[in-house]
Amino acid sequence: MTTTDSPQPTATPKGPVSRATARRRRSGDTERGFSRVFRWIATGAGSLILATLAAVALFLLLRAWPAITASDEEISSAVGRYPEGTSLLEFIGPLIFGTLLAAVLALALATPVAMGIGLFISHYAPRRLAQVLGYLVDLLAAIPSVVYGLWGFLVLAPVVKPIWFWLGDNLGWFPLFAGDVSATGKSLATVSVVLAVMILPIITAVSREVFLQTPKLHEEAALALGATRWEMIRTAVLPFGRSGVISAAMLGLGRALGETMAVLMIISPGFLIYSLQILAGAQHQTIAAYIALDFAEATGLAVNALIATGLALFLITMAVNMIARAIVARRKEFSGAN
Amino acid sequence: MAQRIDVKDVNIYYGDFLAVEGVSMTIEPRSVTAFIGPSGCGKSTFIRTLNRMHEVIPGAYVDGSVELEGVDLYGPDVDPVAVRRNIGMVFQRPNPFPTMSIRDNVLAGVKLNNRRISKSDADDLVESSLRGANLWNEVKDRLEKPGSGLSGGQQQRLCIARTIAVKPQVVLMDEPCSALDPISTLAIEDLIQELKKDYTIVIVTHNMQQAARVSDRTAFFNIAGTGKPGKLIEMDDTATIFSSPSEQATEDYVSGRFG
Repeated sequence: MTTTDSPQPTATPKGPVSRATARRRRSGDTERGFSRVFRWIATGAGSLILATLAAVALFLLLRAWPAITASDEEISSAVGRYPEGTSLLEFIGPLIFGTLLAAVLALALATPVAMGIGLFISHYAPRRLAQVLGYLVDLLAAIPSVVYGLWGFLVLAPVVKPIWFWLGDNLGWFPLFAGDVSATGKSLATVSVVLAVMILPIITAVSREVFLQTPKLHEEAALALGATRWEMIRTAVLPFGRSGVISAAMLGLGRALGETMAVLMIISPGFLIYSLQILAGAQHQTIAAYIALDFAEATGLAVNALIATGLALFLITMAVNMIARAIVARRKEFSGAN
Repeated sequence: MAQRIDVKDVNIYYGDFLAVEGVSMTIEPRSVTAFIGPSGCGKSTFIRTLNRMHEVIPGAYVDGSVELEGVDLYGPDVDPVAVRRNIGMVFQRPNPFPTMSIRDNVLAGVKLNNRRISKSDADDLVESSLRGANLWNEVKDRLEKPGSGLSGGQQQRLCIARTIAVKPQVVLMDEPCSALDPISTLAIEDLIQELKKDYTIVIVTHNMQQAARVSDRTAFFNIAGTGKPGKLIEMDDTATIFSSPSEQATEDYVSGRFG
């Protein structure tokens, strides 16, 4: 609250100007001119995001409603892909499962690597190399997902196929690696690797920034206690960056959940089954890829069914974000924010 | 638990820039040595060379020798990590680890390098270190609470507890009271008097009264001008420095004529 431009009490001139000034001071309002306009702009921008979110949610609910209320027979006859009498839940359940499985696997692969790159750039690499590397990682984010799909399909799948066969042969007892390994390599495992590469830049960029912001004070505290560089990172950098890395991972998870093109191009889809066999073909499908695959030919109730699937994805993404926030908030007391 | 430090002809550089030139001094065990001088004279830079914290800054290096009981800290096969374990440091602003509880803060140095410590030993160490830092009575009921919830003076004493928990030979303090109120400052000064029974203490201070109150020996640093290197002007018993120093510059500084 600034009063620098209000006249001094002793020098207050008489007249309408002084009354206006006094009124402003009484109401505690220091806004004039562009300051007021800027307030509208900021408030407008803030409301716009809420309005957009509400509009999308409303659209999804209204258009999904016919599919949600329709009988199983109507649904299965509208969507030709499914056998008679399949309920909406039986459609969507496996799709949700496939989506989550692919995204979680991608996250599990990408997060440790991204943290490693982030730490290397922030605390190990010489400055010049760190800059170049940071640039290159950001460049990964600029590659369109169609290109990732092509690359995954044409390059990655043949390369990883032998690894998947080795895993299937040697670790087949592990539920994830059970079943017949896909002969083409077009399995959920390959999709997860491509998704991991796609979400790597965002997680790396955010973790790098967070790690760089570790207060020098805390790093020096650790070093002065006789910490090696890794111990310093463990005692000062990682605890400080914890919530930031979680947020970064959630951003990545959001992208992995919604990724369409790359999944569509690589996966050989499977429907109506819950399967953990990530190396096998025709076991999974993700929501986004499924919608893209069927939308062009869908009419009537089938469109509503697709939108209902979209609604499911929307809810999952929202749930993921809320969980992430809860995790970040849980140890707020220890975050150093106080 | 306390060792002497011999510094011979130390020059300190940041890249090409010579920050401190030609310092030689002896720091006696079980005593408090204060570094005073105007801003930018290199006293903080110099204290950081005593435990090789100076090297943390890219491009910074030192020539000359700093010996702890005759062992050169800058010798070819001396590990800076080991040096810092022997020579602890307390910083200008209290810096407890914000993500750790009070207890974990005290144990932070001990737990480094995966040194295993039993629960009862840890409890004893936490208590003795916090008692040593005059903080035990204030925090004994909330050891699991975050260290960042304490007041500034308490946080600084927590940092001292954390430093003495690793049982160093020497404790360096870089303006430990400059961010604290007078009451907390008094608590830290009392603590320094206690600590000198067991440790060699070196303290940098902006506050000449503080140097006069807490130290046995005082070293006066000065700088000829901006861009020139800082130098040790003279070092003597604190009483001598503040009553009859041998250099005119020291006299001018302690009598408040500049700085």
